[in-house]
Amino acid sequence: MPRTFRRVRWGHVWTHAVLTLAVLVVASPLLFALVKSTQTGAQVQGPSLVPGLHFLQNARAAWVGAGLGHYMLNSAVVAVSVTTGKTLLSLLAALAFVYFRFPLKGLAFAAVLFTLMLPTELLIVALFDEVSGGLKWADSYAAIIVPFLASATGVLLFRQHFMNIPASLSDAARIDGAGPLTFLGRVLIPMSWNTIGALAVIQFVSAWDQYLWPLVIMQSDDKQVIQVGLSKLIDVEAQSSWGGVMAGAVLAIIPPVLVFTALQEQFSKGFALGQDK
Amino acid sequence: MSLVQQSPNPQTPGPQTPGTQPPAPPQATAARVQDARADVAALEHATFRGRWLPWLFLAPTLIVLAVFSYYPAARTLRLSVFRSNIIVGNEQFVGLANFADLLGSPVYHQVMLQTAVFVVLVVLLGLLCALGLAWLASRPVAGAKFYRLMLIYPYALSPAIAGTLWLFLFNPEIGAVNTLLDAVFGIKPRWLDSPFLAFLLVVAASVWKGLGYNVVFYLAAIQNIPAEVTEAAEIDGATAWQGFWRVVFPLLSPMTFFLIFTNVVASLFDSFGLVNILTRGGPVYGQTGITTFLVYQLYEDGFRNFRTGAAAAQAVLLLLVVVCIVVLQFRYGNRRVHYGA
Repeated sequence: MPRTFRRVRWGHVWTHAVLTLAVLVVASPLLFALVKSTQTGAQVQGPSLVPGLHFLQNARAAWVGAGLGHYMLNSAVVAVSVTTGKTLLSLLAALAFVYFRFPLKGLAFAAVLFTLMLPTELLIVALFDEVSGGLKWADSYAAIIVPFLASATGVLLFRQHFMNIPASLSDAARIDGAGPLTFLGRVLIPMSWNTIGALAVIQFVSAWDQYLWPLVIMQSDDKQVIQVGLSKLIDVEAQSSWGGVMAGAVLAIIPPVLVFTALQEQFSKGFALGQDK
Repeated sequence: MSLVQQSPNPQTPGPQTPGTQPPAPPQATAARVQDARADVAALEHATFRGRWLPWLFLAPTLIVLAVFSYYPAARTLRLSVFRSNIIVGNEQFVGLANFADLLGSPVYHQVMLQTAVFVVLVVLLGLLCALGLAWLASRPVAGAKFYRLMLIYPYALSPAIAGTLWLFLFNPEIGAVNTLLDAVFGIKPRWLDSPFLAFLLVVAASVWKGLGYNVVFYLAAIQNIPAEVTEAAEIDGATAWQGFWRVVFPLLSPMTFFLIFTNVVASLFDSFGLVNILTRGGPVYGQTGITTFLVYQLYEDGFRNFRTGAAAAQAVLLLLVVVCIVVLQFRYGNRRVHYGA
């Protein structure tokens, strides 16, 4: 007995030690940013790691002076539109794939799946040509929203989720005279909140994180997104005020972290553990 | 690493295989049973009638994909056989000359090689760290939930923000790392000016950035391992180490396989923001910057040097790489799978 007891206890001590160290290392870039974003210009230049009281001044410099507020607003508009649009379009497409039998269904599904192999980075030259030339969308919100409204991932996960919902439900709905959209709104969506939440996290985070595409397609500053805005902040401020840059980075992290924290449970349940519903 | 991949994000946890069969689930646990069930379910679920209705529901998705994925993909193929400049608007048919130029260029050779080294290092180190930490954080210790959350959170940071934080952290004069190194060892390495250090820095930052994603998936897989299996190993007298490598690790092989592919794709594509902010492809070593990877080179040629044809040819080569990855995943992804229960 004592032997087992000792082994378990020491095992736990090591587990805590390694995990604590890992958490500290993982958190250190952000902790450093948090501390530096609260210091005065002089302190930021020095080695001090003591938190100061200047976060509001630094944030204000970045928010107003460097236009961070504007970038954040643009990113918010884009991320919310893309997340909402992707969710709705994916729900509709999954509804068609699971609850209808129609010719060329397999081909349509393959066409959706195949786009997983075509990330924007690969298409960027032709996409730039098309969006700025043919569509004349350069410098408009449409350029960073519309191309991202469809989601193969979303279609796939909703399809899989719907398939695990008993068929008796849709039979009952049909016998009751409900159409597919009523069935979607009254039955499927209320049963899909975990999957919707999980997808909302990945879609919001990926829309918020867009970098390369806005960098090439958005020429004017007033429509630019936060990720690119932050890199401009470095160019402008790095020599003068790292405190401002760090305050900007901290502010830019807040929306995805909020979404992530709010939907963390759904994220793990509905997505990573998706097979176990 | 965004879960991938959201334009169509490359890091999607979903199956990446085109086909009419129900796709293999992200976690291959009981994949085949699932597939069989899904087949039956697909038949049973065909409930609603309507000739045009399903197409109406599919139309928004299919139109967006056609206009913003398929059409540009076809345009990329076409551009790759022209010598053109999208800014000036001229173009001249050159056949496969763009490809020949690339494959004969020492600069491109170096870019391919350093991308390969980068990807291998990031995937290897990233998965090892994530596996070890997920295993520890899944043990029944006090505060396990807090540890898990703290290990997952880098997922919520963008590559661009990761680049910004690391740029300051490793600033030679005022960064925390050099402040510490200076105090303890009296050295102040110039992280971004030395090719070796800059390369390591980008690798480390990518591993850090990808940790959250990998930990989420490993945690999920570990929690799906039936308790009887690990208990049986313990009763048989396996040490913790043996239990992990002989029992747990093999059970996690489907997840490891899935993560290898998503991580390869992520390190190929998502590294752009990090590299662009942290090193801008530099510092120069040999023929070109040591952190100039394939996507960064594509961006430079397409939007800095305005060599549109060359950039399109690079996109086609990269697409071939992605296709190879997907074919490999499709062929080997469901093999050597150990089913939990």
